[in-house]
Amino acid sequence: MTISSLPEKPRLGKAFLRQIIHAPWTWRIMLGYLAVMLILPVLAMLTKASAVGPAKFWQIATSPTALSAYDVTFTTSLIAAAFNGVFGTLIAWVLVREDFPLKRFIDASVDLPFALPTSVAGLTLATVYSQNGWLGSLAAPFGIKIAFTRIGVGVAMTFISLPFVIRTVQPVLAEMEQDIEEAAWCLGASPWQTFRHVIFPPLLPAILTGVALGFSRAVGEYGSTVIIASNTPFRDLIAPVLIFQRLEQYDYPGATVIGMVLLIISLVALIGINLLQAWARRYD
Amino acid sequence: MTSVDPFLTTAQVTSEKKPTKSKSWASIALVSIAIAYLALVLYIPALNVFMQAFSKGVGPFLANLTQPTFLHAIKLTVLMALICVPLNTVFGLCAAWAIARRRFPGRTFLLSIIDLPFSISPVVAGLMIVLVYGQQGWFGGWLQDHGIRVVFAFPAMVLASAFVSMPFVAREVIPVLEEAGADQEEAAKILGASDWQTFWRVTLPNIRWGLLYGLILTNARAMGEFGAVSVVSGNIAGKTQSLPLFVEEAYKQYEGEAAYSAAVLLALLAVVTLVLKEILERKTRIKDTE
Repeated sequence: MTISSLPEKPRLGKAFLRQIIHAPWTWRIMLGYLAVMLILPVLAMLTKASAVGPAKFWQIATSPTALSAYDVTFTTSLIAAAFNGVFGTLIAWVLVREDFPLKRFIDASVDLPFALPTSVAGLTLATVYSQNGWLGSLAAPFGIKIAFTRIGVGVAMTFISLPFVIRTVQPVLAEMEQDIEEAAWCLGASPWQTFRHVIFPPLLPAILTGVALGFSRAVGEYGSTVIIASNTPFRDLIAPVLIFQRLEQYDYPGATVIGMVLLIISLVALIGINLLQAWARRYD
Repeated sequence: MTSVDPFLTTAQVTSEKKPTKSKSWASIALVSIAIAYLALVLYIPALNVFMQAFSKGVGPFLANLTQPTFLHAIKLTVLMALICVPLNTVFGLCAAWAIARRRFPGRTFLLSIIDLPFSISPVVAGLMIVLVYGQQGWFGGWLQDHGIRVVFAFPAMVLASAFVSMPFVAREVIPVLEEAGADQEEAAKILGASDWQTFWRVTLPNIRWGLLYGLILTNARAMGEFGAVSVVSGNIAGKTQSLPLFVEEAYKQYEGEAAYSAAVLLALLAVVTLVLKEILERKTRIKDTE
């Protein structure tokens, strides 16, 4: 404990090493656990990916199957996240500003996709949205197949990323002072103008953060999507399922390269989310 | 959005502050859209789990419960949680203590590292574990020479679920610890309490609800993880099949009844998790308003 209170001066590398060696045991447990559980696996993946070699890496990463898998994964995730962006904001609004029966129950139930194991979600969505399921049978007369198509993948992604926007927008909305809205209203703004110019701007960072979180969750999702999709290449095969299939064929370089692409994208998304959150703090 | 009522505050909506007629029309429309969306995405699928599991009464459900592979899956799932939860709790408490009680360069960076397992796809997490401990992996040769099976066996399943549920405790405890401040701990120290005494008598009572919340979330994720565990387990029925894997396998084998019997158990776990979460949130909220 005493080391840390010494004034920290340059020579970062050495000072850092000394800090770790003399660190209190809580630090050592934390760093040790992180090293074994997280850093080691990430490093293993980085070295295995670099061992593939740049030419082969590029060839695997841009193979037609992989490209179509990214396309399905990212477009569908984006659509699902956008859907939740719109409806999530609406639900957050309703939960904060309106009063209706069972509100508490509905508020609590929004977190269900976080708590429900993804294979259960996939199972029930595949049943409900299949052609003779409760909801799938409603779409069937219009010639729309949901389960075992890309739409089904979208439904599963919407399900698992549902809570994000609601949970990021809710606190911002609850803390928002209503004086400004009243002022806008008194000054003759229409409800739409009030929403567009007064309520929406401070909400936007929270909405975008929620959308980005949902997107990043949907991109990585495996359990629910693998069950509801037919997993046919070029149709509804998503990148995580492709990794799994490559592994099943003992194609380790193939799995590693596509895994690397997904990892890079989730890191980019993470940085984006952090920037969005920094932007949101502007309004504090 | 016509529902802006100047007199409406979020916390206390009382009957005498009812919105005017034209506003309540818009309110009803908004609430209906919200509930319809939730019903399509959430409630109907959730209800379906229970309907399918008990469609032929409790009999078939109970019969499925006694299948050996099913019982083994339950045992394995509970065992995984029993190992992962304590591990991640110790880690989470240490990390929270280290991060909340000090200011140092790279603090935010460390926080993002701890959160990393949430942004990594579960399949990629599983793949990483295979690349470390699998046959082709870093330690694969050594492990094989010593006759230790990690991948396609129970140890890797534990590693995978511990990986995906790693950040929960730290995440829930850090804000509570920051808010509680170090004053009481310092007072205890000055009065002659040892580190251990300070932790048990001062810190732990302060963070207990946050910690419990983290434990519940860790447990739910460790028991329910599918993607990462599926990659590393090999999914051998009666051997390396946890309950979520059993659900998928049974569904693929067209044993819908068995799949839903397992699914309903996991759904109940989710419901219990949410109920406990709600109770804990209410507890901390009451403490805040005191």
